[in-house]
Amino acid sequence: MNADCRPALTLRQDTVGALAAMQAVFARDMKVAFRQRQDLLNPLLFFVMVVTLFPLGVSPEVSFLREAGAGILWVAALLSVLLSLDHLFRHDFDDGTLEQLVLQPQPLFLLVLAKTAAHWVLTGLPLVVLTPVLGVMVHLDGNSIGVLCLTLLIGTPVLSLIGSIGAALTLGLRSAGVLLSLLIIPLYIPVLIFGTGTVASAAEGAPVGAYLALMGAFLVLALTLAPFASAAALRISLSNG
Amino acid sequence: MWQFFHKLGSPKWFFGIAARLMPWLLAGGILLLMAGIVWGLAFAPKDYLQGNSYRIIFIHVPTAFLAQSVYVMMAVAAVVTLVWRMKLADVFVKSVAPVGLVLTFLSLFTGAVWGKPTWGTWWVWDARLTSMLILLFLYGGVIALDRAINDEKSAARAVSVLVLVGVVNIPIIQYSVEWWNTLHQPSTFKLTEKPSMPAEMWVPLLLSVLGLYLLFGWLACLRMQTEILLREQRARWVKDYVLAGRG
Repeated sequence: MNADCRPALTLRQDTVGALAAMQAVFARDMKVAFRQRQDLLNPLLFFVMVVTLFPLGVSPEVSFLREAGAGILWVAALLSVLLSLDHLFRHDFDDGTLEQLVLQPQPLFLLVLAKTAAHWVLTGLPLVVLTPVLGVMVHLDGNSIGVLCLTLLIGTPVLSLIGSIGAALTLGLRSAGVLLSLLIIPLYIPVLIFGTGTVASAAEGAPVGAYLALMGAFLVLALTLAPFASAAALRISLSNG
Repeated sequence: MWQFFHKLGSPKWFFGIAARLMPWLLAGGILLLMAGIVWGLAFAPKDYLQGNSYRIIFIHVPTAFLAQSVYVMMAVAAVVTLVWRMKLADVFVKSVAPVGLVLTFLSLFTGAVWGKPTWGTWWVWDARLTSMLILLFLYGGVIALDRAINDEKSAARAVSVLVLVGVVNIPIIQYSVEWWNTLHQPSTFKLTEKPSMPAEMWVPLLLSVLGLYLLFGWLACLRMQTEILLREQRARWVKDYVLAGRG
């Protein structure tokens, strides 16, 4: 990675409020990401490729794909979020930006929240946008695709938020990637269960309101608690180095 | 109270207390567990539906009980580690995580063995079984993270954060049999109601649960002692202890 193209983080300490600091962190993360476009594209390519494996590896039968399609797309989205998590703090950790973030007078959990939001906009949101295309390829009907997109829209931020805890905990460790998956996948399972459960219920024509409400509850829970845990984990990882 | 609290934080003090407690824990644990298991396996009445195959409950329930409560204990210790930086709490988490992993595995295994004759299958993907499997993964993650971080203090705090995040799974396990329609039967023991089975069945079950608790206490003390000796190997009292030939 070319260090020169990474804009420095500048926050005027006395004058900048927490909200403005969050905006600055968010804007900087977006800028950094768009200067490394390939990194943005990789998780999406991965998503498409994993989905491709199932019709080729298991069965291209329409009946199978229609039944398993939502699950396949969810698992693929989950894996590609997992794959992209390593980038969340890694570069900032390597070049010292993270230490500057920790030293800011603004609460660290808000800045972490801003970073996680940027991560979701850069990985989760494009996955949701891609989903209808892949949904058609696995023969899901229109209603199911709509519900699937909705569950991914609610679910992928949860994945990013929970993932940020794991990324923060494994920062700077040997074999951080595998460890990150080991720590985070168990916590992803409930989101996966309810995400695919919603689509299955919609396919049977049952109402999905209760499922969506539960996923919304997951999101609220993760939104309120995960940034604190990630911020605590970041401080631990930095004191470790 | 506070003096006690400070003393509890001292590894040396705990080492002595553990040494005095351990024979009692071991004796009590073996006694209760033997009583519970022999009574349960040989003398308790047959189940009118499941026949003799239900008797694995006398091993399945204690291990499952412990598997969950060990995690809760670890979570309490994790809070103590993060808030008060107490060394012993961190020694506890590190020492009992593998025990919890084994207990969770045993409860899943005995459950599978029990499931074959009664449900006709080793495994079903129902809520109780899946959430216990997640608990197994969580224990694995805790152990893996602890091994991956070299610095003792960072490892303790990072593991504490992870343990606390994983605690969300505990109420899910506990209430999975009530929230979802599962194949797994509801809990045998509830705080507010009488057990639904006759006393000749639940008394030995209770005995073996208590026995396993005591045995776990003994094992936790033993593992914590080992860990303390390793960590304090440069301390004078450890040297004296080992040279006295008792180590």
